[in-house]
Amino acid sequence: MLQEVYITETNCITPIGFDVATNVKNIGNAVSGIQLHHNTLLMKTPFYASIINNDELDLAFAKVTPASNYSRLEKMMILALDPIIKKAKVVLNERTAFILSTTKGNITALEKPSENNIKQAYLHQLAKTIADFFEFKTEPIVVSNACVSGVMAVSVAKRLIQSGAYDNAFVVAGDEVSEFVLSGFNSFQAMSDLPCKPYSKNRTGVTLGEATAAVLVSSSIENAKIKIIGDGSINDANHISGPSRTGEGLFRSIESALVEAKINANQIDYISAHGTATPFNDEMEAIALNRLGLENVPVNSLKGFYGHTLGASGLLETVIGIQSVLENKLFVSLGFDELGVSQSINVIEKNTAKNIHYFLKTASGFGGCNSAVLFEKIK
Amino acid sequence: MAANKTYIQSFCTIQNNEIILNGESVFKIDSTVFSDFSKKAYQNFEINYPKFFKMDNLSKLAFLGAELLLKSNSDSSEENNTALVFANASSSLDTDVKYQNSISDSDNYYPSPAVFVYTLPNICMGEISIRHQLKSENSFFIFADFNPIFMENYTNLLLETKKADNVLCGWVEYYNEEYKGFLYLVSKEGDFVHNEERLKKLYTK
Repeated sequence: MLQEVYITETNCITPIGFDVATNVKNIGNAVSGIQLHHNTLLMKTPFYASIINNDELDLAFAKVTPASNYSRLEKMMILALDPIIKKAKVVLNERTAFILSTTKGNITALEKPSENNIKQAYLHQLAKTIADFFEFKTEPIVVSNACVSGVMAVSVAKRLIQSGAYDNAFVVAGDEVSEFVLSGFNSFQAMSDLPCKPYSKNRTGVTLGEATAAVLVSSSIENAKIKIIGDGSINDANHISGPSRTGEGLFRSIESALVEAKINANQIDYISAHGTATPFNDEMEAIALNRLGLENVPVNSLKGFYGHTLGASGLLETVIGIQSVLENKLFVSLGFDELGVSQSINVIEKNTAKNIHYFLKTASGFGGCNSAVLFEKIK
Repeated sequence: MAANKTYIQSFCTIQNNEIILNGESVFKIDSTVFSDFSKKAYQNFEINYPKFFKMDNLSKLAFLGAELLLKSNSDSSEENNTALVFANASSSLDTDVKYQNSISDSDNYYPSPAVFVYTLPNICMGEISIRHQLKSENSFFIFADFNPIFMENYTNLLLETKKADNVLCGWVEYYNEEYKGFLYLVSKEGDFVHNEERLKKLYTK
């Protein structure tokens, strides 16, 4: 029998809080990190985004270390990992993996090209910087798989522990709002003029955001918050910049997770979906969920609180989803008004108490990638 | 985990304007730039897939390797659960720099979605998945160097947990005209045992 795998610690650094409790409190009060920004260095016209305040970031970072030669993203990642590494008391030896998930890492280093800045832009260099700060002994594993990276990183951690390669894996995920990603999503005409409205009739696209999240994935049930029971990350094989119309890859990813977990779709109590608020993504998700008979299961997208935080989103939304399970609370899918997908889904319209036994996290991204992870409440 | 043996079915190296398939040189031209080399390789193997010319260099490199290794079993009418496990050192940095150049000068500002989409390393796996209709496990990793221990371990667990029947593995590194593609197909049957030692040997050949 394969090793059982748990998540035992969680943390996140976002515009609405620098720990899980503050984030959950703000989500409960429908406080969003999305604001209108006038910053011509990032974008010529005013834009909505969920951005971490630099002064607050530096203040928090100074409490962890006097060192100052870290990029914004590195500070955010160190802040996410620091409390859980201290609390967990897991020895950072050859049995402890370090997994870093990001799409663009220190991409802002390319704004002023020099040999040293190019070096900083390498994702394995970013991982090494974070690993050296905490003195990890194993070579960092970087997952960079577009917008599914954060969910996939949980899956990779679980698989490596399952295989017996490690006992523990610290996972950090992060991405930053930059001119690079803003201009890119804008070039796709995928940006919303207003704070994003996942699954809504009048949704017009994504709002970008930044955050980091961290978890400890462990073979030990001690202090376990949740059990990881199945996963799948299957490609649509359809288009590189748009999702499959039939939701094929997402459908198969969820199916693969269900088969592994040996549970039926109708046992799932809550879905934290991707919900970027682009017309095609949300429609595709509704189709995939209907194909699996999941149309009545409460579902939310947390993008209304955080925007789309790219490689961080899947892990951040997993961290919040775990709190839903622990606190027996379904959180509102902020920004939702009237259903705007062709097939019915059960979008959470207000905070509701519910006993959640099985929780599904999904994501989809460019390149036709999809990822799904199933979790079970600890009895 | 039970150590059932897995095997390398075939392998391919692309570097220095040469393609070596299962240890034999199958295509080589005189010193040239990668865009020219990849185009001539495409013509040489009579690949009829016009989308190739829209791809960035990282995707072209990965695509060519996959084309040679998956040629025989690319019958798209039959479901083929071949997972893709790819890695490199530079992610999509080559295209990232190109895209950054398109937005860094406000007088010469021309961000293009056709370039932006390739600023993700996993796009090359998407291209291969579309070409060979692989609705299968896909994951892209970044390491400073080819990491045979990780690749072997991750590949084996996909096979042993039945998430895949075969795994196409690839080290696909491309930055600033420096490139190396090393791709190999792993399954539960075959003659060449799949292990760290053999991967190291084949990679450095």
